Amino acid sequence: MKKGKWGLIIFGLVIFIVGVTFPVWYGAGTSAPAPVLDMDTPVIKSMPNKKCVEDTAFIRAHHMKLLDAWRDEAVRDGHREYTAKDGRRFEKSLTGTCLQCHSNKSAFCDRCHNYVGAKPSCFSCHIVPEEVKK
Amino acid sequence: MSTNRRDFLKIAGASALTLIMCPILPVCARENLQVPGMESAPAKPLTAKRWAMAIDTSKCPPGCTDCVAACHAVHNVPNIGNSKDDVKWIWTEPFASVFPAENHSYSGQAQQKMRVPVLCNQCANPPCVRVCPTQATFKRADGIVMMDYHRCIGCRLCMAACPYGARSMNYRDPRPFIAKINPDFPTRTKGVVEKCNFCQERLAKGLLPACVLACKSKALVFGDVEDPHSEIRKLIENRFTLRRRASLGTVPQIYYIL
Repeated sequence: MKKGKWGLIIFGLVIFIVGVTFPVWYGAGTSAPAPVLDMDTPVIKSMPNKKCVEDTAFIRAHHMKLLDAWRDEAVRDGHREYTAKDGRRFEKSLTGTCLQCHSNKSAFCDRCHNYVGAKPSCFSCHIVPEEVKK
Repeated sequence: MSTNRRDFLKIAGASALTLIMCPILPVCARENLQVPGMESAPAKPLTAKRWAMAIDTSKCPPGCTDCVAACHAVHNVPNIGNSKDDVKWIWTEPFASVFPAENHSYSGQAQQKMRVPVLCNQCANPPCVRVCPTQATFKRADGIVMMDYHRCIGCRLCMAACPYGARSMNYRDPRPFIAKINPDFPTRTKGVVEKCNFCQERLAKGLLPACVLACKSKALVFGDVEDPHSEIRKLIENRFTLRRRASLGTVPQIYYIL
């Protein structure tokens, strides 16, 4: 073995550690601005009591799980009516219920999804009414 | 904490009283708030033990494709324009292709020129359901063979299994090929297989299938074959009917009256 082998090994290790920790130190100290969600749609404006299907905190944290449950219940079991905790009843439908109020997908859904890097595939099939009308 | 009998009876009594009084007291009245998707008077869904369709081809006017146009418009079926990539839910075929065993060289002009509407046969013993590795295709209790596009992985085993060619693969994104998107029904995406769903989404809203309503000459009859008083049951009891390739044992539920 040559004498310079330790130098080479340490050089390689440094490159490895820099590469592996890149995502940690590259973004250190900076922060992306939190998304501002736009609720300014005609339907929401016209509502005297602005309330989603369930509590805002629940919807914010669990809307994807709720939609997953709606999907399976509506498609596989044919149960299309959802009864909220407060007794109101809704059709289990992304386009027919959610997007009727939140008709501004690009200023509502997308802002959060882009911020957290979520790429839901819902909209490759489900229709956004605002996009159809254009 | 243990509850003694006295406390239990108190709570039970109070609960019962609240339940009885609630609809009368204005305090408990539900806030009157209408949100889209919220049902004020839910439509009564059409239900059956076994949905089926009878097609009286003698009533079909020559060249008529009203049923095809209605179905494809309602369900956002793309018109790709080449037969390899085409997507179809209901379409017409020459008699000789629909009933090859019934065709012979001496059949008359009328039969040779006849075009027969064909669609998914909603088989009672569906081979597509048996082969689907993800159960994306499944049979409902009312007999509708339905697809859950969320689960489809695009393996096309169902296309190989279906003896009627009733399934189409989305080899490309269908959206650019849809003339006018119906916002009430989703489109499909690249890489999933699709087919006729017997308008299950319309039945849930109390509407008959789009093709049935579109047919001006009433050639398509839709109903519950398990109901002895239904129009379709009486029709297929009294008339001679053919089913496509019934000898394969798929038990197709589209009955043809010729």
